[in-house]
Amino acid sequence: MTSILTYTFKNLPSTSKWALRFSVRPLSCSSQLRAAPAAQTKSKKTLAKPNVKNVVVVDGVRIPFLLSGTLYKDLMPHDLARAALLGLLHRTSVPKDVVDYIIFGTVIQEVKTSNVAREAALGAGFSDKTPAHTVTMACISANQAMTTGVGLIASGQYDVVVAGGVELMSDVPIRHSRKMRKMMLDLNKAKTLGQRLSLISKFRLNFLSPELPAVAEFSTNETMGHSADRLAAAFAISRPEQDEYALRSHSLAKKAQDEGLLSDVIPFKVPGKDTVTKDNGIRPSSLEQMAKLKPAFIKPYGTVTAANSSFLTDGASAVLIMAEEKALAMGYKPKAYLRDFVYVSQDPKDQLLLGPAYATPKVLEKAGLTMNDVDAFEFHEAFSGQILANFKAMDSDWFAQNYMGRKAKVGLPPLEKFNTWGGSLSLGHPFGATGCRLVMAAANRLRKEGGQYALVAACAAGGQVCHSRSTGASGKSFSLKQSKLIQECLI
Amino acid sequence: MVASRAIGSLSRFTGSRTLRCPGYICRTFTGSSALLTRTHVNYGVKGDVAVVRINSPNSKVNTLNKELQSEFTEVMNEIWASDQIRSAILISSKPGCFIAGADINMLAACKTDQELMQISQEGQRLFEKLEKSTKPIVAAISGSCLGGGLELAISCQYRIATKDKKTVLGFPEVLLGILPGAGGTQKLPKMVGVPAAFDMMLTGRNIRVDRAKKMGLVDQLVEPLGPGLKPPEERTIEYLEEVAVTFAKGLADKKISPKRDKGLVEKLTSYAMGIPFVRQQIYKKVEEKVRKQTKGLYPAPLKIIDVVKTGIEQGSDAGYLAESQKFGELAMTKESKALIGLYHGQVLCKKNKFGAPQKEVKHLAILGAGLMGAGIAQVSVDKGLKTILKDATLAGLGRGQQQVFKGLNDKVKKKALTSFERDSIFSNLTGQLDYQGFEKADMVIEAVFEDLSLKHRVLKEVEAVIPDHCVFASNTSALPINEIAAVSKRPEKVIGMHYFSPVDKMQLLEIITTEKTSRDTTASAVAVGLKQGKVIIVVKDGPGFYTTRCLAPMMSEVIRILQEGVDPKKLDSLTTSFGFPVGATTLVDEVGVDVAKHVAEDLGKAFGERFEGGSLELLRQMVSKGFLGRKSGKGFYIYQEGMKTKNLNSDMDSILASLKIPPKPDVSSDEDIQYRLVTRFVNEAVMCLQEGVLATPAEGDIGAVFGLGFPPCLGGPFRFVDLYGAQKIVDRLRKYEAAYGKQFTPCQLLVDHANSPNKKFYYQ
Repeated sequence: MTSILTYTFKNLPSTSKWALRFSVRPLSCSSQLRAAPAAQTKSKKTLAKPNVKNVVVVDGVRIPFLLSGTLYKDLMPHDLARAALLGLLHRTSVPKDVVDYIIFGTVIQEVKTSNVAREAALGAGFSDKTPAHTVTMACISANQAMTTGVGLIASGQYDVVVAGGVELMSDVPIRHSRKMRKMMLDLNKAKTLGQRLSLISKFRLNFLSPELPAVAEFSTNETMGHSADRLAAAFAISRPEQDEYALRSHSLAKKAQDEGLLSDVIPFKVPGKDTVTKDNGIRPSSLEQMAKLKPAFIKPYGTVTAANSSFLTDGASAVLIMAEEKALAMGYKPKAYLRDFVYVSQDPKDQLLLGPAYATPKVLEKAGLTMNDVDAFEFHEAFSGQILANFKAMDSDWFAQNYMGRKAKVGLPPLEKFNTWGGSLSLGHPFGATGCRLVMAAANRLRKEGGQYALVAACAAGGQVCHSRSTGASGKSFSLKQSKLIQECLI
Repeated sequence: MVASRAIGSLSRFTGSRTLRCPGYICRTFTGSSALLTRTHVNYGVKGDVAVVRINSPNSKVNTLNKELQSEFTEVMNEIWASDQIRSAILISSKPGCFIAGADINMLAACKTDQELMQISQEGQRLFEKLEKSTKPIVAAISGSCLGGGLELAISCQYRIATKDKKTVLGFPEVLLGILPGAGGTQKLPKMVGVPAAFDMMLTGRNIRVDRAKKMGLVDQLVEPLGPGLKPPEERTIEYLEEVAVTFAKGLADKKISPKRDKGLVEKLTSYAMGIPFVRQQIYKKVEEKVRKQTKGLYPAPLKIIDVVKTGIEQGSDAGYLAESQKFGELAMTKESKALIGLYHGQVLCKKNKFGAPQKEVKHLAILGAGLMGAGIAQVSVDKGLKTILKDATLAGLGRGQQQVFKGLNDKVKKKALTSFERDSIFSNLTGQLDYQGFEKADMVIEAVFEDLSLKHRVLKEVEAVIPDHCVFASNTSALPINEIAAVSKRPEKVIGMHYFSPVDKMQLLEIITTEKTSRDTTASAVAVGLKQGKVIIVVKDGPGFYTTRCLAPMMSEVIRILQEGVDPKKLDSLTTSFGFPVGATTLVDEVGVDVAKHVAEDLGKAFGERFEGGSLELLRQMVSKGFLGRKSGKGFYIYQEGMKTKNLNSDMDSILASLKIPPKPDVSSDEDIQYRLVTRFVNEAVMCLQEGVLATPAEGDIGAVFGLGFPPCLGGPFRFVDLYGAQKIVDRLRKYEAAYGKQFTPCQLLVDHANSPNKKFYYQ
């Protein structure tokens, strides 16, 4: 699993002496970032590293995340990615020709647009001279896109990178069977009528049975929901606990949406349909309602249900990442620094979704921080049971000693700092796009709530995680994110 | 040496000997304080569900012995009497074992079939009470659930099992020559249908849980859990218990029905089984098949059919009575004693009596990618050993690699492995033509051609590259290890490991130690063999070691019998009807005529007159004509791909005619022919014990049965002497000695046993 630590600098006017002091320091913030007086009580160090370029997130956007099979169902993935790119251009007013490189993450690839980053960029009017590539790393694909961008900038190759992610679960490639494909390919090569007829004569009806994209892990043949159910059982997490956590996610998301906090969402006019302005998967229900659902994976006695799992989602997101000096030179007030990141990976069978527990302490140690220093946690919520299992693992000395090679437990992230604007359970989880949402949510929360460090984490198929961390511009925020993989990135 | 495949299934037993220790007090109490005196079974109450935990003290497995049964009865009576308790679950506290079956020693201690019948009836009564319980009982099964354990489980109202590889269900009684005697023969057909019940009881095969679920043998599966806040195994059992408790509650509240929805096929089958004519046909079919396969040598399968039939046709009272009677009769048979003896021997040969080696073997190198080398590689990589397979040529190496891959891929086809597991296992194999990486090897096994100078050459080459601690093992069927070790710089590290072909199917490994071989080297070889899943006998070095040496005189007799004009097909049927899985003539073809010739010449030189009999000229002529047996397509028989029946090789007629010798009428009856073969085998085996080549009779029996296909129903040469009578065997040998001379002279140890009837190789 991976985790990215995003280090966002809040540049709210509400900053403190800390920010003032900080602006003197060579690295982190420059005078252009408004230093403001405010109720900032904590004063923390910068995470800048000597001789390494500071990387900042200028801003980021996403189109509304919709339940798959709803308004986006007739589109293609690059349409969604293009909308996110256009929204980013609009939001940041960055001139297209300044962008050096574009990277997108995606999981279920549309074969026609396998380099979806490039197709979307061309369609969005970027120069055909701007290179683009697509990465895939299950649910932390967008994290991988961002950390790749960080690497390119930090190593001095480029100054301006757009990173994003896209997923369209309304349509997935369903293939002909291998036998059918083989026959079709052979037919192509057959030269004479006789050869063709003899090939056709080998046709059998079962050739027509289609091959669906695998929902199960390739290595273990287990679906993720099944694994999550076993994980919840391994940590003895009850059904009511899971339902309660899911309800919290939906309620917080609803509140954030109503209060207009989800400022990264941009409206998207769907061709032939209405303009979509908000996520449509947020549905706070009641515990009684949720208790009525039957288990979705381990039947009939499992605990993971449709209500306490993230749903299949369509969506796209994009962020603009720059070298700090470039951003400042262009007059931007960046939202966050991306500092450290860590990817970790574990056993894909039994620890598939446990990445965040492993990645969190690693990324914190790398940054020289403790759990107490973090002001905002943004963890990807694949399943309620998965989040709660990670909590229990982080809160257990036994687990730390026996599986993480640590002397003592990592400690729990305080709930009041944890996913306070909802999470993947309620906002949705377009696999390839979630990473950017996590980073922007972390950055925006730091700015809104006043904080310096955020930590982002997510788990991914294959058992990897990404963690990232960011700090706010005039000195405050920091986010760490981790997606569904076992590697960790601290940005 | 395909021989012992048929009884390969014996290996599937998990060791289940119980150690009983009277003063022991159980430590796992969870339940009420009133139960502190019970050692095997105790229970606690969760809400209104009784959780009955089975945990025999001082043993890795739970077995149904008298103490366990009586404690279990007490516990159940308390549960039935209690007003608070509305349902119960049964669970084992031992990871990897629910109940492994009845206590074999308890059965062996019985002197009469009446006693055995009583044991059976006690079991029947207890389990019938469970079956009729008004408070629902759920069996929560994790680990092996065999024999009596399965009879217990199918008497419960509901079964939930852990879906892991250790959890298997089955009735292995038939492999011990008995039948499921506590109601199993009566309940199983009702639960899974007659055909499936016959299959389980007649083959003794272990059923994996996913299949058991499909058959209706278990009702729910529970996935094993990974790491959580406790060790995974512990938490998995706890989880199984939690799930079982919810189901027990649901059953008591009538929210869950214990009845299962049957599929269409099942419904049709059970409809068809309702027609008496169909049932009769099925009995007939099954009986025919059993008779054909067992040649009437094993009484248990026929009795099982009989008992099932009685239950279905005459009602369950008659069925239960027949079951207990036949159980008593079967347990007293020689066949059963022989098979149980083999089982004990096998348990013994699955232990490393040489202790743990100083350095565990993690890197293995194998020289020669032939059938043997690749076979050894296959059984090593799938146990996680990093293995180098070295050959001299790329073509040879490729063939070997393909053999390993195919072996693994066949398991994928049988769903025993996933394709991902296959790939990751196959990654443990490195194929190469040079000695790169040998500096890390902990053990080198050479499986090059059987040629002493070649073996000397590779030994010297290998010793130049391997580290000091590395063991050099030679896979040879007849070359004396001390001769191979003669050129070694460190003979204490040289040992023989004689595998049997095909390595992935044959369970036996014969380990040969020379006088110079160190104990640690032996421990290391045994440890590797055990890891490879082998049953191991350790013997002293000498020409032909143990297995080849026993086989050689029998083979010599085979040739003489053929020279005397007995038809090869007839000889085959005489040997198989005696209980050998493969006919004697076919065995020569399978082993390879050239190999047989080679061995016969070598051992002939070493042992002289005693190994004579048939003329070596026969084998020489066959080799010169290219009739090498199965591998060359022609031997005594003609072998063609895809042909099921094999025909005699007519070109052999002239060879046999030219070497014909007149038969001696008074020792040429069918029975005499059988005994000429068997007594020579047995006499040589006993001589191996007499000379100290063998350390124990048990190893001799295991080696003969698992390596050479000695009839399992006779239990091996030593058990055979005990059960048949040493005197009778000596008498036969004397009779044949009179006709043929020294080849049949009984050895001193055998004569000693004949002279004092109290002397036995086994005292239990």
